[in-house]
Amino acid sequence: MTDIFETSIKTSTGKALRREEMVINMGPQHPSTHGVLRLEVVADGEIVIDVIPHIGYLHRCFEKHAENMTGYQQVVPYVDRMDYCAAMNMDFGYVLAVEKLLGIQVPERVEYIRVIMAELQRVASHLIAAGTYGLDIGAFTPFLYMFRERERILDLFEMTCGARLLYNYMWVGGVSHDLPPGFIDKAKDFCQYFKPKIKEYNDLLSYNEIFIKRTANVGVLPGDVAIAYGCSGPVLRGSGVDFDLRRDDPYSVYHKFDWKPEIGKGEMGAVGDCWDRYIVRIREMIQSINIVEQALNQIPEGDVATAIPKRIRPNAGDVYVRTESARGELGFYVISDGTAKPFRIKARSPSFVNLSVIPEISRGGMIADLVAIAGSLDIVLGEVDR
Amino acid sequence: MEQLLRNIFDNNIFVFTVTAILPLIWIVPYALVAIWLERKISAHMQDRLGPMRTGGWHGWSQTIADMLKLLQKEDIVPAAADKILFNLAPYIIFIAAYAAYAAIPFSSAYIGADINVGIFYIIAVTSLAVVGILMGGWASNNKWSLFGAMRAAAQIVSYEIPSVLAVLAVVMIAGTLSLQEINNLQTGWFWNWYVFQKFPFIFVAFIIYFIAALAEVNRVPFDIPEAESELVAGYVTEYSGMKFAMFMFAEFVNMFAVSAIAATLFFGGWNSPFGDFLGGPIWGVFWFLSKGMVLVSIQMWLRWTLPRLRVDQLMYVSWKVLTPFAFACVIAVGLWMML
Repeated sequence: MTDIFETSIKTSTGKALRREEMVINMGPQHPSTHGVLRLEVVADGEIVIDVIPHIGYLHRCFEKHAENMTGYQQVVPYVDRMDYCAAMNMDFGYVLAVEKLLGIQVPERVEYIRVIMAELQRVASHLIAAGTYGLDIGAFTPFLYMFRERERILDLFEMTCGARLLYNYMWVGGVSHDLPPGFIDKAKDFCQYFKPKIKEYNDLLSYNEIFIKRTANVGVLPGDVAIAYGCSGPVLRGSGVDFDLRRDDPYSVYHKFDWKPEIGKGEMGAVGDCWDRYIVRIREMIQSINIVEQALNQIPEGDVATAIPKRIRPNAGDVYVRTESARGELGFYVISDGTAKPFRIKARSPSFVNLSVIPEISRGGMIADLVAIAGSLDIVLGEVDR
Repeated sequence: MEQLLRNIFDNNIFVFTVTAILPLIWIVPYALVAIWLERKISAHMQDRLGPMRTGGWHGWSQTIADMLKLLQKEDIVPAAADKILFNLAPYIIFIAAYAAYAAIPFSSAYIGADINVGIFYIIAVTSLAVVGILMGGWASNNKWSLFGAMRAAAQIVSYEIPSVLAVLAVVMIAGTLSLQEINNLQTGWFWNWYVFQKFPFIFVAFIIYFIAALAEVNRVPFDIPEAESELVAGYVTEYSGMKFAMFMFAEFVNMFAVSAIAATLFFGGWNSPFGDFLGGPIWGVFWFLSKGMVLVSIQMWLRWTLPRLRVDQLMYVSWKVLTPFAFACVIAVGLWMML
């Protein structure tokens, strides 16, 4: 790396030409940093020598806000805004943590509704991830196809709770609304409609020769490095590590369904390249749809509001709950001092941890590879900065 | 009076001016329609509607409205830019694209200048675009623009080689560089078109030419000079208002220029596909423009289907795939002709 700078080139007059690395700012206003990430890139022409991510442009003091709410329930809309692409998954993690702190058991119907919502949200989130990834590589059309399907999921959410992006749907001890009449049929219709679409994405994007050329063997993240950096979710599974909290540390009713985590196998190149991370998301959507279908068939009748506490005032203590959000391990560490306000809430956000691996895997690649790598990590800046 | 008119019409400068402006009668409406068409084609490919309101029927006047908007915009020149080069670049790019139309035969009766080295002239003059792109990228004083300009220069120069070799295969059969002559040699039914001659070598040459032409006009999958997800907008990043519109205009003018050359060299140009059916100079214009527009549509179709190559892969395609195949075509055609 350094030797090319040491060999000086002489001009015809014998004067030595000065060569130096170029520092170039990618972001915070750049089309493929997926928000307001700023990457300080040290480049030698097109070759990336080093990358330094700068974060904090979307910092909204979520953790401090949470301490100043009038109660635990009021934190939920803030949690929504952490990962705005997968708000249901965020809610899920937070309410589970508070419920564990309170020691309440929610009705089984609530558990099923939450799982259905979380898995539909995972599909919606992976659709954005895969679609914008196509956009990063230069393919426009898959992005809009995936948004077409996401729209159907948002319609289901809107039908349930009235909101399309930030739901405030999961409450401590229950959910804000029961499933509306006709939801189950519509959701089953969606599952049937969605399954063949995966083939469409694969034909158009996943197995496109140019797409494979751009993503296979690019940004290879070996399994041990991924573990060392604390990566989780599709980034970790893409590196061939079989780890999914829904199976390995089961919460809610995930143990009742028949499904398996998808891992990257290095079909197009090395294990843990960008293509593996991408295809893991595509395949996870099928698994999620399977879970949704099983849950829709098994969902029991009942009231959803019975366990919602009138007043949330947990005993002093602390609790850490981790769930598998669309982007990886989402942990909430909640400390209560016995009052109605949380004493401290710490969120372990998966995107933040996954982002830390960027310098490691993009050195030596090209600027275009950096875009491909950043897209394959699927970061949401709202969650990175909180 | 008669003397005055004669003086005017016999004056070479007047004739030159008219013949120089005539292609604009096609290019300006074409660019307006093509930009609208691209938006509609992309929209329908992507399961949306595209512009629907402006002008009533399917938003037909959207491009005109956009153009009026761009005309009214403030013309921003970055403070640190090299103002002369920055202002000159879009016009050089447009001139390079437009100059090609001088030697393109629109019909058997109309060609701007029937020079006997027509195709050679076109290839030479369109290379001028590299100068404009480099000027724009350098003068913007923006690292992303410079990246785009460097990529564009490397790409356009590299892809000229396979494209010239593919053209050479046709020129070998025709034995002339004049495009009007090449058209005359393809008269008759569509099997007389060069694309079906010496099968499959000229067909392969056409494919090579078309791929190389896509790269020369910076269309997907070779749009890396302005790759918006990597370089923001490449060498046009700092341009706004009418100068940006000139870049856009030049891109569409170029798209039709390469399509027109492909139509002329490989698909009989203004010849009717069915012998004398709807032949003649007037219908010739129709056939020529139709063939050109079909090829333009194919470029749009590819644009909205394929992802983008990386810069090193782009060079690989040019030097290690297209150039050897183009050489093979030239040699094969040469051997066939010797038999």
